[in-house]
Amino acid sequence: MIAWTIYITFASAVLLLLLPRAFARWIALFAAIAGLALGFVALVRTPIADLAHLTTIVRVPWVPALGMNYQLAIDGVSLTMVLVTGISAVSTVLFSWDVEHRQNEFFFWLLLVVAGCYGVFLSADLFLFFAFYELVIVPKYFLIAVFGSANKEYGAMKLTLYSFLGGMLVFIGILTAYVTAGTLDLNQLSQFQFSPQLQAWAFPVLFLGFAVLAGIWPLHTWAPTGHVAAPTAGSMLLAGIVMKLGSYAGLRVAMNLFPQGFQIWSKWIVLLAVIGIVYAAAVALRQRDLKFVIGYSSVSHMGFVLLGLGAATALSVSGAVLQMFSHGVIAALLFAVAGRMIYRRTHTRELDALVGMNLSRALPFAAFTFIIAAAASMGIPGFSGFAAEITILIGVWKTYPVAVWITGAGMVLVAAFTLRALKQSFFGEKGEGLYLQEARVPLDPDWNEQQSITAAEKCGACLLMFATLAIGVYPKLLLDRIMPAVEAMRFLK
Amino acid sequence: MSYFELLKLVSPETIVVITALAVLTFGLAAGRGKSSVTISTATPAQSGNDTSTAMGICSVIGALGLAIAIGAVLLLPRNATLFDGMLVITPLTSLFKMICMALAFFTVLLTTSEKSLRHPAEYLALVLFATVGLMLLVGSEELLTIFIGLELLGLSLYVMTAFDKTDVRSAEAGLKYFLFGSTSSAFTLFGISLIYGMSGTTSLAAISEKLASVSVQPLLAVGMVMTLVAFAFKIAAAPFHLWAPDAYQGAPLPSAGFIASASKVASFVVLGKIVLVGFAPLHGDAAWHAMIAGWSPVLAALAALSILVGNLVALAQWNVRRLLAYSAVAHAGYTLIGLVAGDRDGFSAALFYATIYAITLVGAFGVVAMVRRETGGDDISNFRGLASRSPLLAACMSIFMLSLAGIPPLAGFFGKFYLFSAALRVGADHGLLWLVIVALLGSFISLYYYLIVLKAVFVDEPAPGAARHVNVNVVSVDLLPRTVVAVFAAVVLLLGVAPEVLAAQILAAVP
Repeated sequence: MIAWTIYITFASAVLLLLLPRAFARWIALFAAIAGLALGFVALVRTPIADLAHLTTIVRVPWVPALGMNYQLAIDGVSLTMVLVTGISAVSTVLFSWDVEHRQNEFFFWLLLVVAGCYGVFLSADLFLFFAFYELVIVPKYFLIAVFGSANKEYGAMKLTLYSFLGGMLVFIGILTAYVTAGTLDLNQLSQFQFSPQLQAWAFPVLFLGFAVLAGIWPLHTWAPTGHVAAPTAGSMLLAGIVMKLGSYAGLRVAMNLFPQGFQIWSKWIVLLAVIGIVYAAAVALRQRDLKFVIGYSSVSHMGFVLLGLGAATALSVSGAVLQMFSHGVIAALLFAVAGRMIYRRTHTRELDALVGMNLSRALPFAAFTFIIAAAASMGIPGFSGFAAEITILIGVWKTYPVAVWITGAGMVLVAAFTLRALKQSFFGEKGEGLYLQEARVPLDPDWNEQQSITAAEKCGACLLMFATLAIGVYPKLLLDRIMPAVEAMRFLK
Repeated sequence: MSYFELLKLVSPETIVVITALAVLTFGLAAGRGKSSVTISTATPAQSGNDTSTAMGICSVIGALGLAIAIGAVLLLPRNATLFDGMLVITPLTSLFKMICMALAFFTVLLTTSEKSLRHPAEYLALVLFATVGLMLLVGSEELLTIFIGLELLGLSLYVMTAFDKTDVRSAEAGLKYFLFGSTSSAFTLFGISLIYGMSGTTSLAAISEKLASVSVQPLLAVGMVMTLVAFAFKIAAAPFHLWAPDAYQGAPLPSAGFIASASKVASFVVLGKIVLVGFAPLHGDAAWHAMIAGWSPVLAALAALSILVGNLVALAQWNVRRLLAYSAVAHAGYTLIGLVAGDRDGFSAALFYATIYAITLVGAFGVVAMVRRETGGDDISNFRGLASRSPLLAACMSIFMLSLAGIPPLAGFFGKFYLFSAALRVGADHGLLWLVIVALLGSFISLYYYLIVLKAVFVDEPAPGAARHVNVNVVSVDLLPRTVVAVFAAVVLLLGVAPEVLAAQILAAVP
């Protein structure tokens, strides 16, 4: 039944092109809610034992001559990712409620990204997986280039080319695996013994291709630029789920197919991840544009995911999966506050300008949301960020204790830039902002200063806050399903 | 064998020839009726009307003839060989005769809206003669008949390229195409004569038998390479691609579409047959660690060069037709990879790719033709704001461009996967990996320029005064080409989602 997430989302996207504008946002909302509901039903109804390994849901021959099947499967890891996709999608649609410009097209591209992500998380055939993976690239381009803001065409092109370059590396790795093993079935591929020489070169190619999308240092530069250029919905989707495509695929495909190659290269992954965490946090500390701060924080948080994957203990990898969920929710929340709640009303994201506006008075709900998001992002206990990061660090401690020390220092930086952003954007002193008038750029035609937070925005924010709190308080809900699935993976043995 | 049986076996070709003659006769009759009106007295509008009526009738005749001929192919026996391979009928030849005629059919339909052609009957007759050339080319396994087919095709295409007498670029394109084409024909004829001298036969199967016993001698190598030159020219592989940008840009749009599609598909079929059947003993090896002289390293070098030159030069183009021309060079390179692989899988992958590429390109040229009529040019800037002017055309254009770039779920994506996996499977140790890496690098580069076109379509605002030619009539006149383009876009999407439809046919037909 979970397969219907893909069909409903695709069908709604096509429907959007055919129906008049009045229906657009409702169709998109329907598709997103249906996806989330299906994910939730699967969470409740699927027995935990079934989630311990890839359980095939659908298998239809597609191109028999080449051994391609339309095959979908689910385990605890992919279920978690489907859930976060659903949550991000619903909140994204809610936060795009007042998009007026080329509305149908906007939601069409948006749903294509969501549908592609569902497809990636659910497919168990390498070709199908890769098709969905590449499908996500182009809608992102249009979403940013048509509907984005500052420097949008540059940001969109940079992001697309980076993703596509990663895709080409992935293409090489996938072709090699397919041609050598003679099958595209992920279950069979993860049983196949590839020769160590092949693994030694194929693993880094494949993993690096995926890691580009996950924002690995030093190939992360597309992420801040792209996040800033994107419309709010685009940033939420990009940071929320698209970056997870990379880390999920690295885990599901690269590490599972080439475990020996992974062992050779894992320490380099850890090294790059640690550099990414500290470097991105340090850069975020110096940014003046609120969206850049959040963009770099995304890179930093994705560093935790890569760290967890690289350390390769059951606990650290499970923590990495939990962090993918957690960061998907938190990043969406942060971008929603910065891009929609603040930018729509004040028309600036410059911290220097915001500092004089004392926004906590004007937009109390936004301030509340941002405090929650910042707390979750910093890793305060009780929020999902804490649960995920502590799991990762405990897992990493066994294999790379030094990495944990350095990462600890990085977390201080994360707290520092988050608090700085929080203070300057909402709790500045009156009269501090000198650049108030200069920074204000009248870009939007339907600019509306006095608007208070709308009901749609409140719903979206509440959904995200609820998700991060629920997992923060009771991480067992997901960890119980993630742990067995991770333990069943080959690279741990 | 009686003449009646012979006629039965070549009935499709005969029908096309008769159609071409009928179109010519009609044009003659209509032209004579009109000649009483001297040019000085007839107003441009009147003569324009006359031409478009004549064009309409001629294209109906042409399309009808092609449709009947496609039907006739279905009635042919599965296998037949005439005169020692001069004409053969196999599932492969039948399938590709149909594909070529279908592409010609749609070219004829696209021609109906082309206003600039002064002599529609002659033009359509040339399209049909070129189609006969394609059918001869596809349906022969003997070097001399292949050469005749090549020349028939080539001579028709030269004239078709130079057909727009009002446009100096059309004349330039025709001249360039002719000069390059005739030179490469000379090379080929020389190559064929050398091969004949070595083996004493022109039939592909017999050549293969003879060559199996001899080693690769310099003379044989020269003959082989020279024979390949003609095909490298026809498929516009670098360094024999220099005619392509001018021909694509200057020729009337239907001609350009025809050159880029049907002519290429047929050339790949024949090239495949020549190297895989005729030169089978001279295969060689193009693997990076075990290079052995033969035709496969030659084709591999052509492929790599085409991919790099085509994609890199396309980056600098601002005219969409030139851009498509350079991308055509690159795509010829991708397709050659399938032939370099040199097995059944590789050949069918190459044919699959050539076919979907042809479909995509005819569609793209259809869009270009309509944009040109609407805005008076075919630079990338003319595409600005197409999405708001005509959402249908914009959607079709994006499907074509993204399929060329290899984005799922479109046909190009599956085609590339099929090609590259076939290439990688050949030999031990992934010997052709270097070629696949070059190709993937090329398709990475290509996404940039395809996106630049789509950026103009979707993102940019229309240039002021760009739509000055728009009037109410355009929509109704364009109804047919619009439908054709939409059908092509649907086919590209369908072949991406369900590639089995075509891939199974080709795989079954390839021996």
